[in-house]
Amino acid sequence: MEEATKFRVNGVEREVRAEPSTPLLYILRNDLGLKGTRFGCGEGHCGACTVLVDGRPLQSCDTPLWSAAGHDITTVEGLSAGRAPHPIQQAFLDEQAAQCGYCVNGIMMAATALLARNPDPDEAAIAAALDRNLCRCGTHVRILRAIRRAARTLRERARQP
Amino acid sequence: MLPLSLRTNPRLDRWLQFHPDRTVTVRSGKVELGQGIATAIVQIAAEELDVSLDRLQLVAGDTSASPDEWYTAGSQSIEVGGLSMKLVCAEVRQLFLQAAARELEVGVGELQVHDGVIGIPGTDVRTSYWDLAPRVSLARDVTGTAPPKPAAAHEVVGRSAPRRDLAAKLTGAAYVHDMELPGMLHARVLRPPAPTAMLEKFDAAAVRALPGVVVVLVSGNFIGLCAEREEQALKALAAAERAASWKLEAVLPASNEIGEFLHKMPATRSVVHAKEGAGAAVTRIEARYTKPYLAHASIGPSCAVACYESGHLTIWSHTQGPHHLRGQIAAALRMPATDVDVVHRDGPGCYGHNGADDVALDAALLARACGRPVRVQWTRADEFTASPCGSAMIVQLRAGLDAGGRVVDWQHEIWSHTHIKRPGSSEGINLLAAWHMDPPHPVPPPKDTPLPTGGATRNSVPLYDFPRQEVAYNFITDMPLRVSALRTLGAYANIYAIESFMDELAAAAQADPVEFRLRHLSDPRARAVIETVNNLTGNKQKKEAGSFGRGMGFGRYKNMSAWCAVVAEIEVAEKIRVRRVCAAVDAGEVVNPDGLRNQIEGGIVQAISWTLKEAIRWDRERLLSRTWEDYPILKFDEVPAIEVVLLDRPGQPGLGVGECAAGPTGAALANALADALGVRVRDLPLTPERIAKAIS
Repeated sequence: MEEATKFRVNGVEREVRAEPSTPLLYILRNDLGLKGTRFGCGEGHCGACTVLVDGRPLQSCDTPLWSAAGHDITTVEGLSAGRAPHPIQQAFLDEQAAQCGYCVNGIMMAATALLARNPDPDEAAIAAALDRNLCRCGTHVRILRAIRRAARTLRERARQP
Repeated sequence: MLPLSLRTNPRLDRWLQFHPDRTVTVRSGKVELGQGIATAIVQIAAEELDVSLDRLQLVAGDTSASPDEWYTAGSQSIEVGGLSMKLVCAEVRQLFLQAAARELEVGVGELQVHDGVIGIPGTDVRTSYWDLAPRVSLARDVTGTAPPKPAAAHEVVGRSAPRRDLAAKLTGAAYVHDMELPGMLHARVLRPPAPTAMLEKFDAAAVRALPGVVVVLVSGNFIGLCAEREEQALKALAAAERAASWKLEAVLPASNEIGEFLHKMPATRSVVHAKEGAGAAVTRIEARYTKPYLAHASIGPSCAVACYESGHLTIWSHTQGPHHLRGQIAAALRMPATDVDVVHRDGPGCYGHNGADDVALDAALLARACGRPVRVQWTRADEFTASPCGSAMIVQLRAGLDAGGRVVDWQHEIWSHTHIKRPGSSEGINLLAAWHMDPPHPVPPPKDTPLPTGGATRNSVPLYDFPRQEVAYNFITDMPLRVSALRTLGAYANIYAIESFMDELAAAAQADPVEFRLRHLSDPRARAVIETVNNLTGNKQKKEAGSFGRGMGFGRYKNMSAWCAVVAEIEVAEKIRVRRVCAAVDAGEVVNPDGLRNQIEGGIVQAISWTLKEAIRWDRERLLSRTWEDYPILKFDEVPAIEVVLLDRPGQPGLGVGECAAGPTGAALANALADALGVRVRDLPLTPERIAKAIS
C-alpha cells in the first residue's frame, strides 16, 4: 500500500507517496529527480548510492523509505545547491579524480561525512571511511588525493573569519 | 593509406559542421567510456582547426549522424579515431584557407587562423570559418593530402585538458541510466539461472496481477517485466523468480582450477608464429601459468532506454559499437536496419564487452511489446552472471639457454577460448535475448582474432630477440562460461607468463632480471621504458631479510602499440600488500598527458585487483560469483602509491594506452612475490592460500 512519507531532502521539506518498503534510492531518483545518486548493487556493498542521512553516510539502495521519514537527507545535488561546486566536488574536478565517474558521487558523500567529523584525516582514515565504496576504473589514488585537497580547502575556509 | 575510419566514412561533412553561432560540431564513432576520449578527440580537432575548445561540441556514436568507426575498443580510439579526426580537420582547414585566399585575394601562405578567424595578422584582412562556410562545400571525400600541423606547432595537443564530461557526472544526471522519457516504464528481465537453463513452467498471471505491472513478456526463455514504477518492476522480478521453474543441467566444469580442466577440453591446435634461428641450448626450463575467468564487474550494471514509435526503434545505449549494435538488434527483431537507430549515451566503465549490448536488445524487445518507452536496468547478479566474462587461459612456456646465458629457443603454447564475441564481430547474433526469445537465433560459433593483433594470442609473440621462436594456440570452441572481450584480451595472461618466465630464466642464468631483459632487447624504445622505470625505483640492492620484494614486467601492447614497463614493490605477510608501483610509458605523441596518466594508473590498479584477488567461481550448474561478496575487488586500503613517467615522443604517431599496463603489472607483482619469498606462484590470482601452499 502506498503511503505518504515526509522528510527533508537537500534542505527542502518533501512528501512522497510510495510503498514504505521502497528503497530510498528509487524515491530520490525517480520521484524527486535526483539522478546523481547511482544504482550499483542494491545490496549495500558498493557505495555508489551513498547519501547522507542526518549527516551520516548510508547506502540508499537498501534503506527503506519508511526509515527515512522525518530525517534530513543530503544527495550530491545538495552539496553544490545550484551555486559553484562544493569544495569536495571542486577538489575532484581539480584532481580529475574520475574515469567513468559512476562511483564518484557516492564516494564524495562518504568523504563529506568524514571531513565533517575529521577535518584532517590521514590516508588510513580516508581509506577506512571509503571501506564501503568500490571503484572499478582504478581511480583510487586520485580520489584519495582529491579528498586530502578538499580537506585542506575546508580547513582554510574554517579558519577565515 | 588512409586510416580505416576514413576509408569507411570518407565524406568530410560526416565528420564536421560549422554553425552560424560560431561553433563547430565534430562527429566521431569513438565513444566516451570513462577513458577520456571525448576530450582527447576535441583537443585534436581544436588543434588542427585552430578553434578554441569551448566552440567545439562532439556528437559521438549516434547511428543517425556519426561516422561508423567499428567499436571503441582495443586502444584504437587515438590511433585510428584520433588520426582520422586529425586528417579531416587538417583538410578542412586547408580548404577554408584556400577559399579565404581566393576571396581576400591574398596568398594562402600569408593567412593565419586564430580561434576560427582567418586573416593576415595586424591588418583588417580577415574572414572566418563561419563566414566562409556557406561557400565551402564539405560534401566531398577526404584525400588525406593536407598535412597536419607539425608537432612543434601544437598548442592544445600535448597539454593536459580537463575532462569535458566530468562536471555533469559529479553533480547529477549524466548517464543513460539517468534518462527519463515521457510515459517511460521501468523494466527488469528474469534471466535463466544458467546459460543452458530451459524454462519449464512460469505463472505469468501471478506476476501480471502485481500493482503497477504493465507488461509481462514471455518469449521462449526470455521473461521481461515492465512496470510503472521502478520498485514495482523489482517486486515483479522477485515474484517472477518464484513463479518460474527451470531445467538446469550439470554443464559446468567439475573444478574451479583452470589448470585441472582447460587443457583437457577439445581444441584445435595451430602454430601461429614461428621463426628459425641458430644456437645450442645447454639448459632447458619450462613453466605453466594459468589465468582464471574474470568479470568485467562494472560498478554500474548495464542499462538501456528504448522507444518504438511509428515503426521506428530508437535505443539509447552505453554500447562500445553503436553501428554494429543497430545491425544486430535489427537482425534479432527481424526488422530492417533503417528502422533502428542506436544513440550512445555515457555509461559506467565497461572494460570490454559487458552487458551493455545485451540490455539494449532487452529494451528494444520490451519497448516494441509495450508501445511505451522502456528503461531496462540489469541487476548486480545479471551483470555478474549473464554478461560475458574474460576467457580463462593456460600458457605453457619452454626455453633453452645457451652457455652464455642467452635464450636461444622459445616456445609458447596457449589453451583458451575466443577472446572476442562481440555483437557484429562475426556472422550471427551475439546478443543474449536473441538466444532466449522464441523463435531463438542460434548462438554463432566462436571465432578468435588472429595475429598480428590476436585474441588469445595477443602479445604471445615475444618482444625479445630470441633466435628460435614458436607460438602454438589450442583454440577451445566449447565455452562452458559465456566469454568475450575483456580489456587486453589475451595480452594480460601472455605478458604475465612471458615476463614471469623471463625472471625464472634470469635466475637460471644467474643474471639480474633487468639486465637479462636488456641483453635480449634491441628495440631502443623498449629499452628506454625499462631503463627509465628501473632508474625511477633505484638500482636493485640486496634487500634486508624479510618480506619485501620488487619485480618488473614489460610489454608493448599488441606488439605494435604503447610500450610500458612496470616495477612493483610489495610486502608479503599473510597476503601481498602492494606498497608502490612505478610505470614508464611510451605512447608516441601524447594528446592529453593527464588523461593518459589516469588511464595508466587505472590500468595498474585494475590489474593489481585481477592479479591478487579475482576469479569467477561456479558449481556444476551455475555461476556462484553473483555479488561483490563473492567477487571481491581491490579496496581503497589496498591501493599502492603510483608513479607514472611518460616518455613523450612529439611527431611520432599517438598510441592507445588503455590496456598497455595490465600485463606488465601482473608480471611485476608475481616477480615481486618471487623476489620476496623465493617461491613462485604461477596460477592467478596470487591469493594467500596459493602463497601459503607455495611456501609449504
